[in-house]
Amino acid sequence: MSFALKFTAAAVLVMAAGGAFAQKGETVKMVRIDPLTGLLGPVGVSQLKGYQFFAEKFSGKGNPAGVNFEVIGMDNKLSPTESLNALKSAIDQGVRYIIQGNGSSVALALSDAVAKHNERNPGKEVIYLNDSAVDPDLTNSKCSYWHFRFDADTSMKMEAMSSFMVDQPDIKKVYILGQNYSHGVQVAKYAKETLGRKRPDIQIVGEDLHPLAQVRDFAPYIAKIKASGADTVITGNWGSDLSLLVKAANENGYTGKFFTYYAGVTGTPTALGTNGAGRVYQIAYSHYNMGGQMDKWMNEFKAKYNDDFYTGSTIRIFETVGAAMAKAKSTDPVKVAAALEGISVKSFNGEVEMRKVDHQLQQPLYMTVWQKADKKYPYNPENTGMTLVPVKEYPNYVSSTPTSCQMKRPG
Amino acid sequence: MEFFIISTLNGISYGLLLFMLSSGLTLIFSMMGVLNFAHASFYMLGAYFGYSVSQVLGFWPALVVAPLLVGALGAVFERYCLRRVHKFGHVPELLITFGLTYVVLELVQLVWGRIAIEFKPPMELQGPAFTLINDAVSGLRMVWGAASPEMCSAADAAVRVVCSPFPATRGFMVLVALTMLVSIWLLLTRTRVGLVIQAALTHPDAVEALGHNVPRVLMMVFGAGAALAGLAGVIGGSTFLTEPSMAATVGSIIFVVVVVGGMGSLSGAFLASLLIGTIQTFAVAFDYTLLGALQQVGVAVGSSLSSNTLLTMKLSQVAPILPYLFLVLILIFRPKGLLGNREG
Repeated sequence: MSFALKFTAAAVLVMAAGGAFAQKGETVKMVRIDPLTGLLGPVGVSQLKGYQFFAEKFSGKGNPAGVNFEVIGMDNKLSPTESLNALKSAIDQGVRYIIQGNGSSVALALSDAVAKHNERNPGKEVIYLNDSAVDPDLTNSKCSYWHFRFDADTSMKMEAMSSFMVDQPDIKKVYILGQNYSHGVQVAKYAKETLGRKRPDIQIVGEDLHPLAQVRDFAPYIAKIKASGADTVITGNWGSDLSLLVKAANENGYTGKFFTYYAGVTGTPTALGTNGAGRVYQIAYSHYNMGGQMDKWMNEFKAKYNDDFYTGSTIRIFETVGAAMAKAKSTDPVKVAAALEGISVKSFNGEVEMRKVDHQLQQPLYMTVWQKADKKYPYNPENTGMTLVPVKEYPNYVSSTPTSCQMKRPG
Repeated sequence: MEFFIISTLNGISYGLLLFMLSSGLTLIFSMMGVLNFAHASFYMLGAYFGYSVSQVLGFWPALVVAPLLVGALGAVFERYCLRRVHKFGHVPELLITFGLTYVVLELVQLVWGRIAIEFKPPMELQGPAFTLINDAVSGLRMVWGAASPEMCSAADAAVRVVCSPFPATRGFMVLVALTMLVSIWLLLTRTRVGLVIQAALTHPDAVEALGHNVPRVLMMVFGAGAALAGLAGVIGGSTFLTEPSMAATVGSIIFVVVVVGGMGSLSGAFLASLLIGTIQTFAVAFDYTLLGALQQVGVAVGSSLSSNTLLTMKLSQVAPILPYLFLVLILIFRPKGLLGNREG
């Protein structure tokens, strides 16, 4: 290497190191890779609005590091291949923070691609912030140092859901319906496992996987569920796969209970309408009526976009990343990743912790039920006049599940 | 029992929607020898036009106006595009309709956006057309409209009562499709226009010599075929979902229908649509596996084989492939289709 080149390289290094300190007012660019078109597009579009709304709220004085957040959306059409292309172009644009959530199939591909990229391109590391992909493998057998999950994974949600079912003696026959990809398969697996442990008397009368985001008519599935005699359906479906399922259930007179992950997600409240009152449950890490600052934000969001904000992870991502940047005194992903490990922040519902061993956020979970909005729980999504009312809260230690993650840490 | 009836009705109503689509396609093919790739795009346009018109005039006028608009577009496309490439043979004809599908798709996304729009059926069609009540004691009966909650719950907890409502939108779909079938048949066989069309099909030169404008007849047929697809679009879009990929999802299925029924055969298309509609609906309902079938016939299966994913795959999981499998089998064993003779 010639002297000039060495000198330039050294100068660049010094500048990069210098940049690491000058972070107040610095702009942190983030890219969210998610479906913005297609059947599940409405979900991604609504969540992107959430990111842009909260990027503004948490910028500057909104976070301890004093950085400015900027979030851009890239459409991946829910395809892992498209996502990897989007990742490539985001990295080429100099983005070091990638956000994704919808579709564990995409999440597994992204996590793997990010890990490989970081191994091959030291100095250009990328952090992957996962807001909603809940396949337990992401923090177990396929865990990665660069991946951080802010939603609660299926094992945690099922732990809480089955604990709730222990107190519901009228549940006798359960039907499990899911989307045919990693997430749907995991929901079915963990549902059977946890129920077998906590409510062995419950009979699983049927189990089905349907193609992801392809089914337009769920009437045949509802006919099948009715014929099976199930009084309860467990489903991890989201977006159109849940709203059309619920629509078909209403039209075809299915009166059993639904235990869902995502009843509050775009489209489903409208499909539920008043019909689902008292028999549609959701297990999640937040709900519509968290109170305090969250209520104000949600109303402001609704006034601004005429849409509902339901992905609380968005807030937590800005909170934890902001705190980690302050702790690391840098926006360099390598330092921020190290600072994110084990970090605790006070969020909208108390303390949450990014568990060091597998990068799974430890947080309380809420079992909520769909019913009429009232004075105590006023927020009504999609102007349905209904809301999700909390019936039980599960603190961190109940929903926390063990991990088999053997994380490879750099260096 | 009520499961069987409701599933059959679901299958028939879906099959009839397919028929509404494939009738136009098969009509155009039998008349002009053009395999219209853009047919499903006219279906999608029907749904979007129906949505926009219904915002202004309401659903019922939209049910008439939207198909007419789509039909007019189809006629214009035939007159100014298809007819020009006609002299170059079938391949350019095929390619121009293929290109049209992409043009329509992009235009729809530009005008109405990339995500699903909310196209709701009118108030009259929301709710059930009739309800089947299956009482463990008094058996199966039917009431029109919705059944009252008292009818669906038994006083005695030991008696199982199941209410199965059949959505009015689907009933309406059946009604429209049957009306359409009868009127096309009457038009083709009982009217002067039908005679000219049929004659133009087999002896275009003779018809021309008698003073009829054959190219205009072809334009009308293409327009009518597109209008039928548009009508199916208004109904399909409001019953299921109106979104940019709706053309792609039915596009491949209607080709299956047309090939299985026999190219250019209207009655074949009718038979094939019902067949495929019911097959797809019922396949979801059955959990039969290859493994189960083997054990039924008495083949002992080892433990390593019994966890094989291919053997344990349920019929309900392979349901989406079945129509295409059917297509391949028909092409191998009966290439002219089920009723592969031309109409008339």
